[in-house]
Amino acid sequence: MAITQLVGAKIHRREDPRLITGGGRYTEDLLRPGTLSMAVVRSPHAHARITRLNATQAQALPGVVAVLTAADFKPILTGTHPVAPAFVAQKHTVPERFPVADSEVVFQGEPVAVVVAENRKLAVDGAAAVEVDYEPLPAVTDLLKALEPDSPKAHTNLLDNIGWDLAFTPEDTVKDAFAQAEIVVKERILQQRLAPTPIETRNVQADYNPFDEQLTVWMATQNPHFARIWIAGALGMPETRVRVISHDVGGGFGSKVCAYPEDYLVPAAAKLLRRPVRWTETRTESLQTTTHGRGQILDVELAAKRDGSFLALKVLQYLDVGAYIGTFGAFQTCACLLAGGAYKWPGGIAARTIGILTNRVPTDPYRGAGRPEATHLIERMVDKLAVELNMDPVEVRRKNFVQASEFPFTNTFGLTYDSGNYEGTLNKALQLVGYSELRQRQQQLRQQGRYLGIGFSTWIEICGFGPSGATAGATGGLGLTESAMVRVHPTGTVQIYVGSHAHGQGHETTFAQIASDTLGIPYESIEIRHGDTAEGPAFGFGTYGSRSLAVGGMAVHKASNRIVSKALKIAAHLLEASPDDLVFDQGRFHVKGNPGSAKTMGEIAFAAYGASLPEGEDHGLEAIAYFDPPNFVWPFGAHVCVVEVDPATGDAQIEQYVAVDDCGNVINPLIVEGQVQGGIAQGIAQALYEEVAYDDENGQLMTGSLVDYLVPTAAEIPTAVLDRTVTPSPSNPLGVKGIGEAGTIAASAAVINAIVDALQPLGITHIDMPATPDRLWKQIQQAQGGAR
Amino acid sequence: MADRVPVSVSVNGTTYARDVEPRDLLVYFLREELGLTGTHVGCDTSQCGACTVLVDGRPVKSCTMFAVQTDGKQLLTVEGLATNGALNPLQEAFWNEHGLQCGFCTPGFLMAATALLHSNPSPTEDQVRKGLEGNLCRCTGYANIARAVQSASQAIQTGAAVPVAAAAAGRA
Repeated sequence: MAITQLVGAKIHRREDPRLITGGGRYTEDLLRPGTLSMAVVRSPHAHARITRLNATQAQALPGVVAVLTAADFKPILTGTHPVAPAFVAQKHTVPERFPVADSEVVFQGEPVAVVVAENRKLAVDGAAAVEVDYEPLPAVTDLLKALEPDSPKAHTNLLDNIGWDLAFTPEDTVKDAFAQAEIVVKERILQQRLAPTPIETRNVQADYNPFDEQLTVWMATQNPHFARIWIAGALGMPETRVRVISHDVGGGFGSKVCAYPEDYLVPAAAKLLRRPVRWTETRTESLQTTTHGRGQILDVELAAKRDGSFLALKVLQYLDVGAYIGTFGAFQTCACLLAGGAYKWPGGIAARTIGILTNRVPTDPYRGAGRPEATHLIERMVDKLAVELNMDPVEVRRKNFVQASEFPFTNTFGLTYDSGNYEGTLNKALQLVGYSELRQRQQQLRQQGRYLGIGFSTWIEICGFGPSGATAGATGGLGLTESAMVRVHPTGTVQIYVGSHAHGQGHETTFAQIASDTLGIPYESIEIRHGDTAEGPAFGFGTYGSRSLAVGGMAVHKASNRIVSKALKIAAHLLEASPDDLVFDQGRFHVKGNPGSAKTMGEIAFAAYGASLPEGEDHGLEAIAYFDPPNFVWPFGAHVCVVEVDPATGDAQIEQYVAVDDCGNVINPLIVEGQVQGGIAQGIAQALYEEVAYDDENGQLMTGSLVDYLVPTAAEIPTAVLDRTVTPSPSNPLGVKGIGEAGTIAASAAVINAIVDALQPLGITHIDMPATPDRLWKQIQQAQGGAR
Repeated sequence: MADRVPVSVSVNGTTYARDVEPRDLLVYFLREELGLTGTHVGCDTSQCGACTVLVDGRPVKSCTMFAVQTDGKQLLTVEGLATNGALNPLQEAFWNEHGLQCGFCTPGFLMAATALLHSNPSPTEDQVRKGLEGNLCRCTGYANIARAVQSASQAIQTGAAVPVAAAAAGRA
């Protein structure tokens, strides 16, 4: 075994030189001569019947090649939008979805036609000239009213607006515990809709070659192999005739996982017109039509004893699924499965989810997907209980944590937390933030009429999906594993093809670190390739759910070890020794006790393609591996936010943010810290700034540009103080856990808890997100009015 | 087809003469006419700043400027920052400080920061953050971007490398 040299080291990313010089290869950077541009004609209504569509004028415009409607696409595109079971195997209603509406539109922005023209400008001109008449229909815009029998329906052919209604555990589960409770706290917690907003919007280019019946699709996606299956299936082509290429991708955050209408329409148009076609989403289209995240109401009740120990929990999730169920829309129900957080629930947890169809764009995973909601609800409830009991929220947490000695710990829903030391991260965070001094300062400031608050979030996360056995049902049959193929060339240089996909995570660097240590080959000689279905293993599952390192990185490790095993046999043959007598160290195999008698990995690579191999050994030095983890991984941590609220303006200023996280062993601290810092920014963004807003009456999107949808800037987001503890995961050989979503999962609860803590003297016990100055000011006014 | 208008513009030290439509946006002129795809489009309302370039040394959101408006002007894009394959101090700093993840917003930040350091060679962290509030990054949370700009400023101040100001003036 090679001595670890690179794993754990702060290696600067090899991706960066091309990205800081303008040399990135994003889909829209691909400029192929003769490529047509597509623009999409979209519904301006949330719900309407299409009464007339006239493309005559548009078709007559110079440069317009075709106006295509549902009638044109129906002969070439089959099937319906893919909807994975996720955590809800049995759904009540899954509305059929075709990429272009033909008679009824069910959300603002739904495609009704596309215009294909010689360039972008002419396509946009063409789209503006397509005449569509609509008869507006009542829109479903209110999540709870949608459940009433006399509510309008999201689709005219529906009998109700229920997508699913599933009790993970019946309410009876907790009946006894609630009966014995000495205190019950309740809250209705809103999770506003969020727009994932990668800075690169979605885009697709396609070229169909009729001679070899080959379709090439370039697109910004987090999972090229899934995209290929969907596109090939819809076009009725063999999977192998479709090649999906996704080089550099400008962020995803979950929104580039699912299937979208344009993913089908662009290839179909290319096939119909026998010309390459490209389409890039505008930002307004992105806010209108790229899946949103969250969009939930959570009714929560916590039963406890007066000493602060928890008994049981009830969660009822109302989830706004939008007008169609998203490909992985039901994944967000894991908010129920993780609602218990880092704590023990002797009386159990009752959890029910209702997925509700509305006339809005579908929701799907957005960074954290279900886990931020779970963390937010439980961490809010813990603080609420602490206030009711007049206890320190830290003490309530300590009292109920799963203890370090209790791992592996199986929760109410049968999920097994692999390893942890929750109190360890909390203790470190308290020390870093200077907790007792802070509480003293809070008291002093309160006497001066100033509102300082301290908020905690002791979060946990399930991530690193697989295992295959636990996830095959959730995807509809494909068990989540991850693949890697390692090729050692005769000159000793290495190419590794991975099935996961990077869009900012730094796979090219960290995977090379792992491979270098495992293979004993210099980092510089190892190239990581991804994002092209024509290269590497038959299937890759992609990057989401903080799975790249814990599953994909382990596939790199596993395949690299297969190379080492074969190299050992070749080395033994070359050294005329028994494999058992060889030692592998720093890229060399030497005979035990005789370091001079050795072969380097480079020499072995050359020999693997030469004339003299061990008896029965194949030529070449290549290996492929699929890593199927035995369990999920469970990172955790403690975040502390310190906020001061100005009661005159309702402005909440974050004074300090401390995060102590534990993602097991760290491959590259630079990247881990970057992920945490960026994740926290998105959590703060939800807590204080961002909200997708629709007009209640008509379902019109009111946040259709970045003027209204407030992605925070460098002037708003503080630099968090980061630290970590290390509790290795037993679920993989390197002991790693995912860290991509951690910051976002943790942060909103820490911020809101801090604000509520600040305003506690006013009797405020809960605040919904985003806690804008406007919302806070109103709540403060109300509270002060009430006190007078 | 609309009438075309001749434009002559210097980009990264090379002069280009082209006929453009009056409605052609500068960003698409750079990307699709000149093939300089390092300048990106992230929104339609000049909020995100991914398309920031320097026009006569001043930062401009090229999605909101017409190509015809640059006639006779000196432009600098991200492709013009490195000289003979050597990264400039700001690029080095973004690399060293892990100031980027997906990299899509990065060219815009580099150009905005170039202009910032030109007008204020040693900004405080607060000045950096306020100076870059015309640009959005969704990955990094900005901490490392702010660090990168300050560390570039120090490198330039201590003479560790060629001043970014030279690039800002379009002389790189």
